[in-house]
Order: sequence, then C-alpha cells, then structure tokens
Amino acid sequence: MTMLSPEALKKIDREVAKYPPGHRQSAVMSALAIAQDEKGWLAPETMDFVARYLGMPPVAVYEVATFYAMYNLAPTGRHKVTVCTNLPCALQGATRAAAQLKERLGIGFGETTPDGAITLREGECMGACGDAPVLLVDNKRMCSSMTPDRLDALVDELKAVGGADGK
Amino acid sequence: MSAPGGFLDYGPDAIIMAGLTGSNWRLADYVARGGYSALRKILTERIPPTTVIGEVKRSALRGRGGAGFPTGLKWSFMPQQYQGDKYLVCNSDEGEPGTFKDRDILRYNPHVLIEGMAIAAYAMGCGRGYNYIHGEIWETYERAEEAVAEAYAAGFLGTDILGSGFSFLLHNHHGYGAYICGEETALLESLEGKKGQPRFKPPFPASFGLYGKPTTINNTETFAAVPWIINHGGEAFLNLGRPNNGGTKLFSVSGDVARPGNFEVPLGTPFATLLDMAGGMRDGRKLKACIPGGSSMPVLPGDVMMQTDMDYDSIAKAGSMLGSGAVIVMNDTRCMVKSLLRLSYFYYEESCGQCTPCREGTGWLWRVVDRIEHGQGRADDIDLLLSVSDNIAGRTICALGDAAALPVKSFIRHFRDEFQHHIDHRQCLVPAYI
Amino acid sequence: MLNLEIDGKAVQVAPGSTVMDAAQQLGIHVPHFCYHKKLSIAANCRMCLVQVEKAPKPLPACATPAAEGMKAWTHSELAVTAQKAVMEFLLVNHPLDCPICDQGGECQLQDLAVGYGPSASRYREAKRVVSHKSLGPLVSAEEMARCIQCTRCVRFGQEIAGAMELGMIGRGEHSEIVAFGGRSVDSELSGNMIDICPVGALTSKPFSYAARTWELSRRKSVSPHDALGSNLVVQVKNDRVMRVLPLENEAVNECWISDKDRFSYEALNGPERLTAPMIRQGGQWIAVDWQTALDFTAHALKDVTARHGGAALGTLVSPHATLEEMTLAARLTRALGSDNVDFRLRQADFRGDGQGEGIPWLGLPIADINDQDRVLVIGSFLRKDHPLIAQRLRQAAKKGAQVSMLHAVADDWLLPLAHSWITVPSLLPAALAGIVVAAARLAGAAVPAALAGVEPSERAQAIAASLASGQRKAILLGNLAEQHAEASQLLALAQALAGITGARFGCLSEAANSVGGHVAGALPQSGGLDARAMLENPRRAYLVLHAEPAFDCANPVAARAALDAAEFVAVLSPFRHGADYASVLLPVAPFTETAGSFVNCEGRAQRFNGVVKPLGETRPAWKLLRVLGSLLGLPGFDFATIDEVRASLPIQEAAIAGRLGNGTRVAITAPAAGAQGVERVADVPIHFADALVRRAPSLQQTADAAAPCARMNAATLQKLGVVAGADVRIRQGRGEAVLAAAVDAAVPDGAVRISAAHPSTSALEGLSGPIEITGA
Ligand SMILES: Cc1cc2nc3c(=O)[nH]c(=O)nc-3n(C[C@H](O)[C@H](O)[C@H](O)COP(=O)(O)O)c2cc1C
Ligand code: SF4
Ligand code: FES
Repeated sequence: MTMLSPEALKKIDREVAKYPPGHRQSAVMSALAIAQDEKGWLAPETMDFVARYLGMPPVAVYEVATFYAMYNLAPTGRHKVTVCTNLPCALQGATRAAAQLKERLGIGFGETTPDGAITLREGECMGACGDAPVLLVDNKRMCSSMTPDRLDALVDELKAVGGADGK
Repeated sequence: MSAPGGFLDYGPDAIIMAGLTGSNWRLADYVARGGYSALRKILTERIPPTTVIGEVKRSALRGRGGAGFPTGLKWSFMPQQYQGDKYLVCNSDEGEPGTFKDRDILRYNPHVLIEGMAIAAYAMGCGRGYNYIHGEIWETYERAEEAVAEAYAAGFLGTDILGSGFSFLLHNHHGYGAYICGEETALLESLEGKKGQPRFKPPFPASFGLYGKPTTINNTETFAAVPWIINHGGEAFLNLGRPNNGGTKLFSVSGDVARPGNFEVPLGTPFATLLDMAGGMRDGRKLKACIPGGSSMPVLPGDVMMQTDMDYDSIAKAGSMLGSGAVIVMNDTRCMVKSLLRLSYFYYEESCGQCTPCREGTGWLWRVVDRIEHGQGRADDIDLLLSVSDNIAGRTICALGDAAALPVKSFIRHFRDEFQHHIDHRQCLVPAYI
Repeated sequence: MLNLEIDGKAVQVAPGSTVMDAAQQLGIHVPHFCYHKKLSIAANCRMCLVQVEKAPKPLPACATPAAEGMKAWTHSELAVTAQKAVMEFLLVNHPLDCPICDQGGECQLQDLAVGYGPSASRYREAKRVVSHKSLGPLVSAEEMARCIQCTRCVRFGQEIAGAMELGMIGRGEHSEIVAFGGRSVDSELSGNMIDICPVGALTSKPFSYAARTWELSRRKSVSPHDALGSNLVVQVKNDRVMRVLPLENEAVNECWISDKDRFSYEALNGPERLTAPMIRQGGQWIAVDWQTALDFTAHALKDVTARHGGAALGTLVSPHATLEEMTLAARLTRALGSDNVDFRLRQADFRGDGQGEGIPWLGLPIADINDQDRVLVIGSFLRKDHPLIAQRLRQAAKKGAQVSMLHAVADDWLLPLAHSWITVPSLLPAALAGIVVAAARLAGAAVPAALAGVEPSERAQAIAASLASGQRKAILLGNLAEQHAEASQLLALAQALAGITGARFGCLSEAANSVGGHVAGALPQSGGLDARAMLENPRRAYLVLHAEPAFDCANPVAARAALDAAEFVAVLSPFRHGADYASVLLPVAPFTETAGSFVNCEGRAQRFNGVVKPLGETRPAWKLLRVLGSLLGLPGFDFATIDEVRASLPIQEAAIAGRLGNGTRVAITAPAAGAQGVERVADVPIHFADALVRRAPSLQQTADAAAPCARMNAATLQKLGVVAGADVRIRQGRGEAVLAAAVDAAVPDGAVRISAAHPSTSALEGLSGPIEITGA
C-alpha cells in the first residue's frame, strides 16, 4: 500500500540521504512537505505512511505536522495565500493588503472562497519585511511589494489557474 | 537596496554584499570575485585550525544572530580532541520580525556562506554541516540547494576538499513555519525531526548538540564574514568597526522609511546615517520610535535613536540591543498600543508551548494588550502587564520568554501615556493611525 | 563527590547530580510537576525554580547541575516569588473546580496551590477549551483542560513503556496531549500514566468517580500475577476494593505496576464470584453450608483413597496460589497417601525433575537486570509475560546493554536488540546449541560432546560474540522455554552457555508463586505424578486449587478428559467454574481476602494480609484446608493462625535464598531436527493468564485481550492455501478449533501463532507441537 507516488518517494529518499545513517527522522519535515505538495494536505493516513516510511511513531509525526504552521491539517482551497501582517509589514501596507484580499475574496483569515479557489491565512514574519506587503502562495511562491494592482492581478491569476481540476 | 532583480546597493562599505547585482550568485561569479580563495589558502597552506580560530577571535566578530556572542570564543569551546562526529550548523531561520538580511546573503551570495562554513568546519573539525533555512523563503532554499550542488561539483564541499584530506558534507534543511526554530537548540531539535522545542542549557551545543554530538551554531551573516576575515586578517576586520564591535553589519531597515532594505555598514555607523541610506522617513514624517534590533528588543524613542550609533555597545547604552540588526522604524502616526498588540500576538502565536510562563504568559499579555487597544482596558492593566512580563522574563527555558516581555516593558516605559490614554478614554491618543 | 549547600545545609552528591537531587538528599522538598525521578529531565513546568548564588535569575532545580561550592536556596524570597508566579501561570488555563475533579484530594497542583495561599486570580479572560480524548478502556482523558503540559505521560511512553503512544501536538497555548488518530493507548504499562499525571487530566477509567481519595483506606499487598511480585497499595472503601496502586519498592517494581496488577481488582467485585459452597446433586448445583460442603468433601476424599489407594488422588494447584495454600494442599495430598501434586500446570517436559541443584529462579536479583551489559533472552513473550522486567531491560539497553533475543516469534519488545534470532519452537534447542558451540570456540572451551556435529550459523556466532564481550551478563529463559517440549534441554544448554561465557542464567518464571511452589513442596517428591502425568493417566479424584484446568494446563483437552472422567473433583476457587466436572465448589479467598505470601522470581518471599473481608461465604483457602485436614483426622493441620502455617513451611523464608539454584544434571543431547509441517507457537496473552484477569472487564476490552487468531506469515498462509481474514480449521492432537487466519510477519515460516488460555483455543492440545490447518 503505497500512499505516495514513486517520484515523491524518490524526493524523500534524497532528503533522507542528507542525514547520517540512523537518522531518517531528520527528514520528516521535508517528507511531510513533499507529501503535502502531492496530496494538498496531510490526512492521518498520509502522516501514518510517513511515520512508517521513516520509522517513527505516528504521533511523533503528528506532533511535527501540528507544530509547524505551513502544514495543512485539513484540505485547503486550490491555492493557499498567506499574508504576513506582522509589525514591520503592517507599517508598510500589509494591513491594507490583507483588507483588500479579504474584501475581494469575501472571506476572512482561515476561510476558503466559496468556489474553493483560495484559502486565506494570516502569517507571521517570513523574513522578507523589506519587500512588504509580502504574501506566500502555496507555501513556496513569495509575492513581494504587493500594491493594490498587483494583488488584484494575483487573485485573477489564482482564480483562473488550476480551474476545476485543482492543482 | 534590494529592488527585485535590480542593481543591489548595500552601501559603500559593504564587504559581504559588495559587488552583487542580484544575478551574479553562481559559483563562477563568486570565484571571479575572489571567492573560495580563503578556503583554498587555509587548505593548501595547511594553516592550523587554532590559527584560524585565533584570527576570528582577533576580528572581534560577534554573532549576528541576535545574542552577539564572540564567534572566535564560541568556536574555541568545541572539543578539539573529540573522537567522533562533530557538527556545524548555520542558522538561516531568519524569522525575527524586521529581519530579512540572511535571505539576501543566501540568494545573492550563497557561496560566501558555503565558504565561511567550510572554513569554520575545518577550524573546529566538523565533518558535517546543515544550513537550516526559514521555511517561508522557499525559493531561496532552492537556490541554496543549487549553490551547494555547485560547490560539491567544484570540490569545495565533499570528501577530500581540494585534495587536502579535509572533508565536509554540507546540506540544506528547510523549516516549515516556526519562529522558535531560530533559537539554536530548538533548531537542533527540528533538525532531528522533532518539534522545535528549545532544550534546557546546560548542556550547551558544544558538548551536546545535534544528535547529542558537539555542535557549533552560527548565524548566516556570521559565517559570511569569515572568508573576508581570513583573506584580510582579523585585525583589518576589527578596524572596520569599533573595538569589541568588529567589522560591518547588515541592517534590515523596515517600517516607515522611504526605501526599506538591507544596508551593510561598519559597526558604529550613526543611526542617522543608516536612516539616510534608507531614504529617510517616508513622506517626511517625524520619527517617533524605533526598535533597533528586531522585534524582541526594547523599543527606543526616536530622539534617543537619533543620538545612537549602530553597534552592540552603543545600542546597549541607549537601553536596547543590537540583536539581529533589524531596525523597525515608526513614525508619529503610529499607535504604540496597536504596535505592541501585533508583537504580543506574534509571541503568543510563536511560543513553543513547553514552558509554563511563556505558554501561559504570552497569551495573557496579548489578551490584556488586546483589551486595552479595544477600549476595554482596566485601571490596573498597565501594572498587570509589567508584572506578568516580569514573571515571564528570566524564568523560561529559552529567550523567547524574554523576547515577549521586553517589548511590553519598553513600550510601556517609553509610551506609558498612550496606554493610559487608551484605558482612560477608551480611544487612541494618536489622531490618525494607519 | 561535589560539596554544596542547599538552604544553608551542606550536602555531598555525585558528579552528574542536580540541585534537585541534592535537595532531595537533604529531605528538602522543592515543588515540581514535570520532574520525575524515573524520567528524563524536561524542565518545562518551571515550578522548581530556586535561587542559586551568583545566578542573576532563578534556576530550575531539576535541571541545574550541582557544582562544587554551589549555594542554593529553595525557599528564599527570589525562589518563592518565582514559584508563586509559575503557580499563577499554571492556573491561568486550569479549571478551578477541584471539588468536582476526580483527582481532587490527590492532586499535586491542588496541594501546591493551597500551599501558596489562596490568591484571587488576576487572569480574568476565558480559559482554554481542550476536548476530551478517548484513550481506550483503562486511561480516562475526559478532562484534558486540566492538563498542565508537563509531558510526563509522553516521556513515560517513550522512556519507560518503550512506545510513544501519546504526544503533545500543536504549539504554545494550543498544545495538547493526544494519541494519534484517536487510537487507544495499548501499552501494558499504561496505567502508570495515571499515577504520574500530577493533575486530573489522565485518570483511571474503571475507577472514574467511584470514590474520593479521602474515603479510601490504604492497605499494602502483593500482586498475584506475574513472578515479579509487584508491591501494591490496595485502596478500600466499605469492604470493597476500589483501586490498586503501586507501592514503591526500588528492588522489585520500582514505582510502576503493570495494567493487570492495577486493574484486575475489577474481577474481585464481579458477578462470577463464587460466594457460597455448592454441591452437585443429581446434576443440579445447590448451595450448602460449609459444614455440609466440608463433610461431603472429606468423605469423598476418604472414600476414594480408601477404595483406590492414595495415588488415586491428584492435586492441581495454580502457581498463583499462596505459599501457605500450596503447602497445605501438598500436605493434605501426601497425608492422604498421594504424591501426585503439582503447580507447574503449563509445563510439558519434566525430565529435569530430580536433576536440579535447587529451586529454579531468575538467577540474579531483579534490580541487577538494569546493570547487565549482555543479556540473552530465550523463548519469552517478554513484554507481555514480564512487563516490568522488559522495562528494566529497556533501561539497561538505554545504558548500552546488548540485549539479544532467541525466540519463536519476532515480538516487539520495544527495546533495541543487538541480535534477534527467530525460529520455530522445535528448532530452538538446535539454535541454542549453535550458540553454545560458537561461544565455546570463541572461548577456547570444550564443546559439549553431544554437540560435536553442530556447526554454528552466523547468527549463533554473533550472539556468542556479544556474550563473550562485556562484564555483567545474564541468560534468561522465558515462559515459552519453560513450557517447551524440550525445556530440560534448553535449561541444560543455557547452563552450558552461561558456564562458557561467565553469565548468570535463570528462569524468568511464569507466575506469582512459581518459585514458591518449590518452596512449598507442591510438586512430586517421591515418585508421584507431575502435572502432565496426572492428566495423561487420569486419577479417580482431583483437588483443584485456584486453577482453571481448561485454561491453565499445558494440555487443556487432556485436563478436561481426566476431570470429566473422575469420580470426584473438588474445585477450590474464588470464581464459579468447573460446574461441568466438579463435584463440589468451595469458595476460597482471592489475594485481597486472605493473608498469604508469594515468593517472586528472585526468591523474595513477600507476605501480605487480607485487605477486605471475604465476600459472602468465601473462606481463606488455608483455613479451609486446615479444617479439611482436621476433619480427615490428618496430622499437621492443628494450627490457628497463618503464622503457625508459616512456621511449618518446608523451607523457612530465610532459608529460601540458600536453596535457589538453576543448575541441572540433565545431559545435553544432540539437538533434533525440526518438526515436519507446521507447528504451533502458543503465547498465554497477558489478560488471559490467570483467573483474575480473565474476569476483569476493563482488561478484557484492551487490545491485549483480543480474541486469538491463527497468525502466520504470508508465506505460510500461501503454502497452506488459506487467506487472511478467512476462518481456518485447526487440528492439534484430538482437538479442533476454528479461528480466523491473520497475517503476521513476526511468525517464522512453518509456525502458526495461536494464543492459549482462551475458550476459542482450549480445545487444542498442547502449547506446541505439530498442527494441521485447513480452510474451514
Ligand atoms: C526566540 C529566538 C529566536 C531566534 N532566532 C534567530 C534567528 O532567526 N536567526 C539566528 O541566527 N539566530 C536566532 N536566534 C539566536 C540563536 O539562538 C543563536 O544565538 C544564534 O543562531 C547564534 O549564532 P551567532 O552566534 O552567529 O549569532 C534566536 C534566539 C531566540 C531565543
Ligand atoms: S520560553 Fe517559550 S518558546 Fe522558549 S522554551 Fe519556553 S515555551 Fe518554548
Ligand atoms: S520540575 Fe523543574 S521545571 Fe518542572
């Protein structure tokens, strides 16, 4: 019963190889990220699979998945948009950007648009404050200096890309 | 200045970030700039590790991650004679609000870090290293992966580097959204595949670090300064700055300035100069307050800041700390209660949850500040905030507890009126905050 | 040694000690929650903050290393201010409704909070809501808002139980203790989490709201289950056992007990108790008074032995019976002219009888287990048969001991194994012989002549090499080895291996009084029949004390046949059973209702008293046997007190140590080739193992009490042409059973694991040997 694709397993193996023998557990964060990229979120079966794959107690995997903010423990929209609203960003327009997103999408933080396109999240410092407003799309793509126009363009893009079949 | 893709200007005195265009990050570019010559020199001339450490000590390089601990001294704590694995770890988990310098090193000059780490590994006899990169800067992580691959391919990493017999295996490890992993022992736990919960010290990482083995952890910028020190000598580095405050420092300037960005200036540069480099106050507003070292450090009033030089000792004298070098600038339209509220929420959100004062206290602080901000403050709330802060500070496993308490105490110390006004009048003292 | 001063008092501690250790040595109590002397240091609760000279901040006593010349104050103003502040934080999110909390009265948080004086909370916000969790039938997690995140339960799982079943998920204020995916906690040591939880978050499910702690009286006792002899505190209210807790004894159970020690008390109050003597008359069971029952029994015994001779009587004693009960049962049997008495009911091989140098035992003090650096465990369902010995081996392994396993199934002992060798039961002697030969070659010692033809495998050499190194070594035989058809050979081989490698060797021992049975002389001494022979050669009359032959005998089929055919069977038991073959049922006291003693695996005799009055018409068995002896006019039964019984023990308690010895004169023979076809591996699951646990409802709901399956590996399944999940018909000897087949990679090729001591498998003959499996 393989829960992840061979490509995903290959990626995980590459991560495992970074650590000394006997320390497969060190790869759990990347394994979960890879699993999430493939599945969209971390279902209990997925975490259980990762646990077995790395030889960890499942609850230890669960601990990790719930400790780090970028793991999705429930399905999200096709895209997840995380806005940093921390103080430096807030001073540079993040509050306005967040408000614009909420209004345009018609949802609050932690919610998903009715069409299932976008889940909006509030994030903490991303280490990119100079480029505020910054937001993260699907954990991996950072969008910087988000003026109102660029925000609108991004929303258009995200609503269009992927379509009904998701990503 | 770091406009995406454009010409990067970190200031005339930059050494780590000198000559960067944003696209000359590859190994060939770095070598063309004279890169990897320090490592090559050490390995070909077989310079003894103790000499390398001595040079770093002479440079008065202090840790750029926040605590400012002398780097050479830290390196000398590693047991030289230890038989068995020793590890070197780079802390690129930059997540302290206001700090965004390590990302620029990683994406625009990754090989200077790799070279610095290889030298450090040689000096301390570490066979393996990990660079722990903040999860949110994924594209930077991918670039770091590419750079490391280049370095392996060119023989600057791996076994028997440059035929010297010295081996160093370096890998990148990404975080996934937890500020606390910037704390060095939380970072080690995270590297081991666990929750990032800080360890009680002692034992310190130099005796019980990654996988229980001797380990040294430094910030990205700390390692990045090392090649220059080896190339030019510790003395020269020290002379760039001030006694006990050697070298240049990257300051991340954010907030109400015209051109937020990173600037690499000699330690001891006046704050006013730095502010100028950042284009001065946005819209010509008045400087009200500044947090000079990242959100965990005490806030200072603008006029105090304007008198202060940017080095460890001067900022300490002014009543704050240089920390990670994140300069958060606030103008006169900013409500200090609202500003603190956002910071308090951050520490509440990011507490790892293991130790009682921080787990329970950060939420308490946030809730009290929240009710003050929202016109529900009570007469004794300011004292309550101070008392709860005192009860957290110094009683936790790691310094996040202090980091949560210090802003509260300093915001109240310098801007008590604003808090009092909120409580008394259930509204903000600042007429029009944004 | 380090010299330091705590609260002005000088103290010396070993390097590596903490300020907490030093304070405890002085008898100074430092308040704490996360610290537990048996667990790793977490230093997360911060309750133990103390003042240390030159330290600007208060430091946690539990984690701060003691240093030469250090001065610390545990109750200075700085310390107490810090402690009070921590207490205030702990109560921020903790419900303040002690009166309705199940932990009320025995809560460390409540105790300390009261100690720091009542202070109105300055925290006026809403408290955190934490959902309750379902952790299975034993541990209640209904009140998780009370959790103070000390992580003792998590660390207990990781470090003591050996499996991380609980974790703390989330972070910050949202941290909570959970089991993954709502699973139950299945550790056989899980109940200890209840004890170590300092608040009312994890509590006992069976005990839930049954009583308040101050209503309970506490009485010491000894566990009647495994051979460790865990020390217990039995808590009683209105003459009813309400709860069982560990009584700390570092030499025996430390501060732990197994779940069966803890929860088997439920059977004591259950509906299956036999509360009045009963006689079968014309196929009907009728309750009678004691006089009638005893007269009837005495008469029948006298009659059978008079008509058929003393040897017509056989006495089967449970190894869970007390020393005193065993002594008197044996005495009665002998006085009636029979030497047919035995407590070794699951043993199959008695060829070692008369060849031993002493009483078989563990071979070393229990506490020494933690300090071994090489251990070979042979034929043991270690974790389930000896939960706390497994725990001690886990601690030894953590300190670097190499523990190796030679067994018939690859059980997960939840401890790192240096080597593990799994082979079908019939090949265990050959495997052990290989290790002996390899060890002899390594040591340059003589190879036992009978093993000349044995060529050690790589695994044998690896295990031998492990045993050849190291200083403190032990070779331990488990229940499967003791119940093995070649048990006497396994013992002889273990003895040889121990001799060559300089190890101690011994038997983990099956039951609470397995060693005591020898002390009591409850086994044939002058040519009488052993437990197996007594059943294979049916007797006219049987006396059955505490045993349930259908579950407790090696061959339940033979046992049933013999008992069915007997003229007279007297069953002495706290429970109603044996109705279909018994002639008389005599209610005797379980361990909580009588005084007695058990001799544990290290030869430690532990006395206990009854903690409640016998239920109904129940009588302590020792009294009943005395009356029987008197009624029969037999010598040796005129005593009035348990102490007089004890004074008449064949071996006095103090003399036991001198009589222990595992040495055997059994000659090693060339090991036989393995059996043809498939053979059975039978474990006796932890919660099927004795009459008490079998009737404890909560234990019966645990994963360990799941109904037996026919477990085999995929290759064996395929070879037999059966599929997992489907029912299969199993034939063993005269017996037959239908069970579901299950795939289990831990079972070696050619073996099928079928648990014993369960109604669904008690029709099968023998705990080992060839079986036939076909699709049902
Ligand atoms: C809550 C917390 C967060 C921290 N975050 C960072 C960080 O993001 N980057 C970093 O280099 N150091 C961080 N530190 C400091 C590290 O613990 C450590 O002191 C540093 O990495 C040592 O490197 P240096 O000596 O080169 O400064 C943090 C410390 C604390 C207590
Ligand atoms: S101070 Fe906060 S972040 Fe640091 S260990 Fe304690 S709970 Fe975790
Ligand atoms: S007992 Fe020391 S911190 Fe909890």
